[in-house]
Amino acid sequence: MSKTLNRRDFIKTSSATTVGVATIASGITLTSFAVNANENPVTKDKRWGMLVDTNKLTEVEIDGMVSACQQENGWGSEVHSTGDQKPTWVKKLKVQDKATGKITSLPLMCQHCEEPPCVDVCPTNASMKREDGIVLVDKHLCIGCRYCMMACPYDARSFVHEELTDQREHMPRGKGTVESCTLCVHKVDNGESPACVASVNSDAVIFGDLYDPKSNINQTLKKVQSAQIRADLDLNTGVRYSGI
Amino acid sequence: MNIRYEETQGRSLGFYALIAGLGVFILAALGAVLYMEHYGHYVTGMSNRIVWGMPHVFALFLIVAASGALNVASIASVFQKKLYKPLSRLSGLVALALLAGGLMVLVLDLGRPDRLIVAMTEYNFKSIFAWNIILYNGFFVIVAVYLWMMFERRMNKFTSKAGLAAFSWRLILTTGTGSIFGFLVARQAYDAVIMAPMFIIMSFAFGLAFFILILMASYKWTERPLGDAVVNRLGSLLGVFVAAVMYFVAVKHLGNLYLAENAGVENFILFDGGIYTQLFWYGQIILGGLIPMALIYHPALRGNRSTLGLASILILIGGVIQLYIIIVGGQAYPMEMFPGKEILEGYGGIAAYTPSLPEIMLGIGGIAVSLIAVTLLVKFLPFLPESLADEVADPHHKS
Ligand code: SF4
Ligand code: SF4
Repeated sequence: MSKTLNRRDFIKTSSATTVGVATIASGITLTSFAVNANENPVTKDKRWGMLVDTNKLTEVEIDGMVSACQQENGWGSEVHSTGDQKPTWVKKLKVQDKATGKITSLPLMCQHCEEPPCVDVCPTNASMKREDGIVLVDKHLCIGCRYCMMACPYDARSFVHEELTDQREHMPRGKGTVESCTLCVHKVDNGESPACVASVNSDAVIFGDLYDPKSNINQTLKKVQSAQIRADLDLNTGVRYSGI
Repeated sequence: MNIRYEETQGRSLGFYALIAGLGVFILAALGAVLYMEHYGHYVTGMSNRIVWGMPHVFALFLIVAASGALNVASIASVFQKKLYKPLSRLSGLVALALLAGGLMVLVLDLGRPDRLIVAMTEYNFKSIFAWNIILYNGFFVIVAVYLWMMFERRMNKFTSKAGLAAFSWRLILTTGTGSIFGFLVARQAYDAVIMAPMFIIMSFAFGLAFFILILMASYKWTERPLGDAVVNRLGSLLGVFVAAVMYFVAVKHLGNLYLAENAGVENFILFDGGIYTQLFWYGQIILGGLIPMALIYHPALRGNRSTLGLASILILIGGVIQLYIIIVGGQAYPMEMFPGKEILEGYGGIAAYTPSLPEIMLGIGGIAVSLIAVTLLVKFLPFLPESLADEVADPHHKS
């Protein structure tokens, strides 16, 4: 299996308009999103998704998911950003039902919408959705206008407010651009699960191809009741929750 | 009556003092940009909750005012009002200058202003933002052509056609600016169809206020005659525009108040939003609306240029405040992520924002760029009639 970046595959399979990306000079290198075309092609026959069972998932496990993401993708050790300036790819949310008083904790990250408002509003096509449903920011095209952050209904995106050091090789980030959960695309393309999913030792969070009738996530979604956050917006999110 | 246009002399001490004064603000703005870009946006008051801060307030204020400043020319060439004709060139110039200032602020607040070229070459045609970039560029071209038709005697006959094109373009442009917010479905503050028409009427008021101030100042400082006919007419027009803005604001907020899903954010702005509520009532409504209207319409003050100037300044201050409430206030109020549930932890609450000095300097620098552009261009090209005395400018003047 070749570990080298097959850049052409990446471009071809993401969006035709990103052609030419590689020619734009920048301090950040376009690495990863490596697609091993033979083993794990990015196609629209797949739709990656996640199902979070909030009844099974403990608060400690949610905290573990957040740290796993930080560890994997290298965010969270910013030194200057304060309060709301800090990047947050995934966060723990605690909500209480006004009628029943029931309290639920859940991890909230980019929901990888099928109709992503962030992609619709992005002037430069930096925000884009891969054919397999993963929503990403192309760090070479992002001009840092932050319109996608205005448009995202889930507060899922972060703007990098300071110069970064100590970045992960597979996850380039850059001051002045916007970032969010990539569903650990670099791992998914290698046939692995996202870091947050892998950090949970039960089936409280499952990851897989929503379209594949043989996948655990597809079968579970047929059995249990699940919901999308802000389903009324009709964005058809890839991240689903049961127990909320 | 033939109108003679003439460059301003631009040799007086006052002229150089004005250029130097504006230059200081522009340098301060550039310094602020270098500082913010060097360190990153953490040195500003902006955050992941308030992603658009003071720079956007000023940028959109100037862009909105720009299209409105063109109205004077439109009234002359589209609606054939003779009195406004001699003012057309200046009107086009002020429009271009304000747009340039606004765009400068917008671009310099990007996370990566160095990638402006990407914004100019990569277009997502689904994005209203991308459309706005096209609309702004087009506005420059169309108004420049329009000005050329006015300047070039042989082309004069096309002026009204070019004027119509520019007028239509500016209406689309302001609609586009207003629509930036229309696409943010998840944010209650912006969930209103009235946003685009309200921006158009705001542009009428802000643009004319800028125009009146620039007109009165340039005629006073160059000691050219400026008759009451022109000034009073512009003054009453300004009054009408301000009243119209107030009307739209009332419709928008009352409408929202009765729309259950937007009642939360409405209550926030109107009643319990702390600084935003105060800014709304004292800043936008009283300072930027009621007082200017009183200054314009009070019989004892009719024809008084100082009070008209004051009214114009207050309208502009009120305009900045209005955009602050729309842009920052609209973000400060949290999105309704879980209808029927209360978020105890992780998100929610009113987002904090304290504008930092560099952000404010950048915004003010945008205004300074607009003003310096006007000051220099009226010196190098004949934008201003040498006289706007009543017997020259007023088509109904009886001597
Ligand atoms: S959750 Fe937000 S960032 Fe993620 S795809 Fe949807 S709109 Fe875009
Ligand atoms: S901040 Fe970047 S990704 Fe977001 S809309 Fe602007 S250019 Fe697109």
